[in-house]
Amino acid sequence: MKKSVISFIAVMLVIVFLGVTAITGLYIPGGFSKPELAEDDTTQVRALIPAVTDSENGIRLGLDLVGGSSITYEAVLPEGYDHANLADDMKIAQSMIRQRLTNKGFTEATVALRDENRITVEIPEITNPEEAVQTLGTTAQLTFVDADGKEWLTGKDIERATAMYGKTNSSLGSSYYVQIEFTDEGVKKFSEATASIAARTDGTNVLGIIMDNSVISMPTVSSQLNEKTCVIEGGNFTNESANELADLINVGQMPFDLKQAELRSVGPQLGANAMRTSLIAGLIGIMLVCLFMLIVYRIPGLVACMALGFYIVIECIIFSWVRVNLSLPGIAGIILSIGMAVDANVVIFERIKEELRAGKTVKSAIDSGFKRAFSAILDSNVTTLIAAAVLLWKGTGTIVGFATTLGIGVLVSMFTALTITHFLLNRMVDFHIRNPKAYGA
Amino acid sequence: MNPKFPVLKNFKIFGIISVLLCAVGLVGLLALPFGVNLFNLDIDFAGGTEMEFNMKQTVTQDIQNEVGALFAETTGQSASSVTSAGDNNQQVLIRSKSIDSETRSKVIEAMKSKYSLTDDDLYANEDVSASVGNDLKAAAFICAIVAIILMMIYITFRFELTSGMAAVCCLVHDLLIMLSCYIIFQLPLNTNFIAAALTILGYSINASIIVFDRIRENLRAARKEPFEEIAERSVWQTMGRTINTTLTTLFTIGMIFILGVSSLKEFTLPLIIGILAGAYSSIFLSASLWNFFRKVFRKKHA
Repeated sequence: MKKSVISFIAVMLVIVFLGVTAITGLYIPGGFSKPELAEDDTTQVRALIPAVTDSENGIRLGLDLVGGSSITYEAVLPEGYDHANLADDMKIAQSMIRQRLTNKGFTEATVALRDENRITVEIPEITNPEEAVQTLGTTAQLTFVDADGKEWLTGKDIERATAMYGKTNSSLGSSYYVQIEFTDEGVKKFSEATASIAARTDGTNVLGIIMDNSVISMPTVSSQLNEKTCVIEGGNFTNESANELADLINVGQMPFDLKQAELRSVGPQLGANAMRTSLIAGLIGIMLVCLFMLIVYRIPGLVACMALGFYIVIECIIFSWVRVNLSLPGIAGIILSIGMAVDANVVIFERIKEELRAGKTVKSAIDSGFKRAFSAILDSNVTTLIAAAVLLWKGTGTIVGFATTLGIGVLVSMFTALTITHFLLNRMVDFHIRNPKAYGA
Repeated sequence: MNPKFPVLKNFKIFGIISVLLCAVGLVGLLALPFGVNLFNLDIDFAGGTEMEFNMKQTVTQDIQNEVGALFAETTGQSASSVTSAGDNNQQVLIRSKSIDSETRSKVIEAMKSKYSLTDDDLYANEDVSASVGNDLKAAAFICAIVAIILMMIYITFRFELTSGMAAVCCLVHDLLIMLSCYIIFQLPLNTNFIAAALTILGYSINASIIVFDRIRENLRAARKEPFEEIAERSVWQTMGRTINTTLTTLFTIGMIFILGVSSLKEFTLPLIIGILAGAYSSIFLSASLWNFFRKVFRKKHA
């Protein structure tokens, strides 16, 4: 008896602790709740468990909840385009769009490849995206200019740019660099350009590589170069930054146009409304479920409510942790899965009732109820998981978020029903609540 | 126990009710390849442009006509529909064939200056090209087929082939009723439909499996009893669970339907219909169908 009281209290404390953690988050350093850092403080705060409201480190809110725009571009492939290059070229286009977004100050925006020939850009909190639609997808204007702004080469003069690693003529150790290969015409122009620039003695002997009016690199030129290739060394190039620069230079001769194929833009008011109403609906729904369970199943119903609370807490933590992308269908998925979460409990409790009617004691009815309900719970949940997995595999955008919430919901509900519900029910028996009537029979 | 109503003996009655309910959806689906579209295909599938503005006033028929005229004047083509939307009909919804970004900009600017709106009053602005719509249709179809095949394999593995066939029949039944609901209420068929359909796919098969699980268990215990009687008994033994689970799920999803914004209403109504259909098919059809397929299967191999 004493043992079961202690373990009961311990489990309840764990649930409360996790509940508090879910709300405030767990951050290192700083313990609970997100420390407000002064602006010049560069301390990295690592979120062990992000708070449920922390959209920076935790659950990401979809554009349909916070408002914003999602723009999908499709590559318009010219005739005779070599399909083998598509994957590489799409990556180049992705870097180009990322660069442009940064130039425009959309630092929150994300750029993702989709299908084989599409790119999706998501920009939060922008309501009229038409200007962005028009400028993000246009072909890049790459130019090589001198300090006076004279244009020497354009993207057409470049065959390709590649990020490389190794020793160059001028360096001692190995490092990352970008190699540019010119067309025949480009070699001539580059030779003229470097001759002119290297001849400068006023310290402006630099070659600016400009894309869309912003400088992406500005190497120093010390002598005339008359070769098929040239090398840009940054000294502090990393694998990533070298690749990025190579991609950006390649954009200058991207072999296809990008056409906007899909646009979705939701104003912030509509999103906020959707969010608020579904939260209220969720809360009322949960209360109704609890009330129903208490009336129909009594003691086990109470246990189911506690298990449901635990279920919600675990789900919040997991969603924050895996950074689920929550959108409107995702919220519906969660609320639906709460309804389904009690299903496992219902299956078990109905079973227990039957066992009680057959004349078993409460203790043995609970044991055999769980045993017999297990195969039904397993088989029915596996099939739902199959549906969620297929959605994850084939779905795009909001569907993926929905599949994630549904899948996690099913797994967690199975876990809570088979462990927490079982544990708590056994404790109820230990507490001498052994009248079958209390179990709904 | 209370007087029972034989479920398996009345299979024909329940079957006919189901066929009637499914008929609308089935006809709508079969008509699609022949160019007859009974659905309210949203731009997600059909391609097109959709804009929603907050007009800050009740959108009357006059305003709708005015907006339609403005749209036609700006774009040189007429909108396919101009309707009021929102909780107090304060928003106007314009749908048209897909128009490009420059033209959309013109429409937005024209609306902003005529009704003195700001960018914040542009509640929604969506455009989907036909190619994206077609890819989505294909993906949805593949999703459903793959999910059904995988579930069937799993059920065959855990039970037997005939039960897998019965479960899939119930599933198709529920999905068809959902489609009927989309036609009858003219709900917009969009990406959310895929999510709703797949949810029902998982949910409805849950219910059938609970029934089958009980039949499987009862079969092991009583080998001499005819299958039909065992099935009948199992349906009644699982009745409490089926009804209670359906109720709890309806509590949560029903609250979203009652309180939610219009896009959520459109998403949850078919879910509610699907959940009800799932409860119906698992009680009245699943066991009967398994019984039916068993008989057919056994005769062939006798």
